[in-house]
Amino acid sequence: MASKPKVRYVAHFWLIAASILFFAPFLWMVSSSLKSEATIIPKTGQPPQWIPHVDKLDAQGRRCVIMNTGPFKGKSGVELEAQEESQHVIDFNGQTVKAWPEDFDVEQVIGFEWENYKTAFGMIDFTNNLRNTLFICVLCVIGTVFSCSTVAYSFARIPWKGRNVCFILVLATMMLPYQVTLIPLFAVYRSLGWVGTFKPLIVPAFFGVPFYIFLLRQFFMTIPQDMSAAARIDGCNEFGIFARIILPLSKPAMATTALFTFLFEWGDFLNPLIYLQDDRQYTLAVALQQFQSSHESAWGPLMAMSTVITIPIVVIFFLTQRTFIQGITMTGLKG
Amino acid sequence: MTRIERRNLRNGLLFASPYIIGFLAFTLYPLLMSVYYSFCQYNVISEPIWIGLDNFRELARDNDFWTALYNTLFYTVFSVPLSLAFSVALALLLNQKVKGMSVYRTVFFLPTIVPIVASSVLWLWVLNPEGGLVNGMLKQCIGLEGPGWLASPDWSKPSLVLMSLWSVGGAMVIFLAGLADVPTELYEVAELDGAGPWGKFLNVTLPMITLTILFNLVMGLINSFQYFTQVFVMTGGKGTPDNSTLVYALYLYQNSFVYLKMGYASAMAWMLFMVILGATVAVLISSKRWVHYHGE
Repeated sequence: MASKPKVRYVAHFWLIAASILFFAPFLWMVSSSLKSEATIIPKTGQPPQWIPHVDKLDAQGRRCVIMNTGPFKGKSGVELEAQEESQHVIDFNGQTVKAWPEDFDVEQVIGFEWENYKTAFGMIDFTNNLRNTLFICVLCVIGTVFSCSTVAYSFARIPWKGRNVCFILVLATMMLPYQVTLIPLFAVYRSLGWVGTFKPLIVPAFFGVPFYIFLLRQFFMTIPQDMSAAARIDGCNEFGIFARIILPLSKPAMATTALFTFLFEWGDFLNPLIYLQDDRQYTLAVALQQFQSSHESAWGPLMAMSTVITIPIVVIFFLTQRTFIQGITMTGLKG
Repeated sequence: MTRIERRNLRNGLLFASPYIIGFLAFTLYPLLMSVYYSFCQYNVISEPIWIGLDNFRELARDNDFWTALYNTLFYTVFSVPLSLAFSVALALLLNQKVKGMSVYRTVFFLPTIVPIVASSVLWLWVLNPEGGLVNGMLKQCIGLEGPGWLASPDWSKPSLVLMSLWSVGGAMVIFLAGLADVPTELYEVAELDGAGPWGKFLNVTLPMITLTILFNLVMGLINSFQYFTQVFVMTGGKGTPDNSTLVYALYLYQNSFVYLKMGYASAMAWMLFMVILGATVAVLISSKRWVHYHGE
C-alpha cells in the first residue's frame, strides 16, 4: 500500500521512538561494560551517563582534582598521595594541602575502562566455556541438519503407508511442553552414566528435531515432483535423488536450520544447567549465570560478559539477515 | 502391495528412521514413564514407589503450587495480548514502506536473538532501582522516583511483562509477512467506499491477518506457560521477592532438581500440559468465530 506523505511522517516518528527504546538496553550494556566501578552507579542526583568517563590523569598518571571547599575552591590540582580512610595530599603548583575525599571532585574525561573484560575473563574459565559452547553448537548443527533433512525427505517426497500418521505425530510433539519429558529423560541419561557429559545435549540432535523436520518438509514440498521422476528414469535411486537433487536445491532451508540450531544451542540454558556439573564443562550461558549468582552487583564485569556472549550472535545475524528473516517467515506463514 | 509401494515403504521408513527411533527413545518412552512417575514417590536415586493419586492431592493443598500457577497466569494474561498488540503495531508501522525499513526491522528483531541469560542479566541492571537505566531516566526526564521493579513484590511481575515486550521482534516479522499478503485491491475498494486509515485497519487489515494472529497467539501461549530462564537467572532460581516471580516452570524445576521430588514434579508437568492443552483448544475453538480463512 502506497502511503500518503503525512502517514509516512507519523510512521517515521513512531518508528524512531520505538527504535530508541529497543536499542537503549544494548547501548546501556556496552556503555556499562566500559565504566569503572566508581562511575557505573551515578552519584545521587546525577543523570545516567551514556558515554563512559574515566578519571583524568596527568602525565605522571596522577589524578586531577578540583577542590569544592577551602581556599583553593574551584582550582584544579593534582593528587599526590591517596590513602583510604585518611586525608589525601593535593598539589596546587607546588603548594600542597590535605583534603578529605568529600572536599574535592576527581576530574572526569571521556574514556573506556577495559578492566571489566579482564575481570570477567579472569573469573570464569572463558576459553574452556567457549570451546564447550562451540563444540555443542557445531555437533548439534551437524546432527540436526543431517537427521532432519533425511526425515523431512521421507515425509515430503516418498509416499509410504502411514506417512501422514507419522507426520501428525511430529506436529503433535512440537506442542508437548518439555517439562513432561524432562524428568524421565534425566533418569534415562543418569542410568546411562551420561549426566556430567555433553552427550545428553548432543545425541538427541541426531534423531530429528520436530520443528526443523516441519520446516524442511514444507520446503521440500515446493520442489516439483517432475525433477525426482526425471532422475528416477535416469536410474537414480532414492538416496541419489535426495543427495543430488533435493539437497542442492534446498540450501536456503538448510541454512536456516543450521543457523537457528546454532543460535538456540549458543543461548540454551536449561539443558546445560541440568546436565553439566562442573565449571570446566559449562557453556558460556551457564557460566554467565553462575558468575551472576556469585557476583550479584559486579555490574561492570557482568555487562562485559553479556556483551561478549551477545556480540558473536549479532555479527552472525548481520551476515545472515536474509536467511534469517526468510526462515522466520517460512515457519510462520506456511504453518 | 505392489513392488513400488513396498519399495516406497522401505525407503520411507529408512529415511524417517532417525526420527522414529528418536521418537520412541526421547519422546514416547519418557512420556509413558512420566505418567507412571506422576503416581509415584520418586527421587531418581532409588526406585519409584507407587502412591496413587497422592501427588495430585498434595498439589491441591500446596500453596506454592497455586502461587506459581497464579504467577504464570498473570504473566500470560498480560504479556501475550500486549506482545501481540505491540508486534502488530510495529509491523503496521514498518508496512508503510518508509525509508530505512530494514534498519528499523533489524533494531526490533535484534533483542529476540540475544541469549536469554545475557538479556536477563542486562534487564536486571536496566531495572536496578539504584543506578539502573529506567529509574535514572524516569528521574531525569519527569522527576519521578521509580519503583523497585524486580526487587518489589508488587512490581516484579509487571517488570517481567515489560521485559517480554522487548522481544516481540519474532512475531513482528511474521506479521510483516502476513501484511504483505493482503491484496492491495481491498484497500482500494475500501478507499472508494470512503474508509479512513482506521476504517481500513478495522475492516481490511485486521480480518486479513487473523490467521497470523491465531498462529502467534497459540505460540505465545505455549511459550509463556513454560516461561523459565529469565526468572531463573534474575532471581537465582528462587522466584523472589516473596515468591512473586515463582512461575510454574521454576517451581517445577525446584521440585525436580532442588528437592528431588521427581514424582511430584511429574504430576506438575502433566497439570501444566492440561492447562496448555485446554488454553490452546479454547483458542482454536473460539478462532472459528474470529479467524477469516481466505484464499485456498
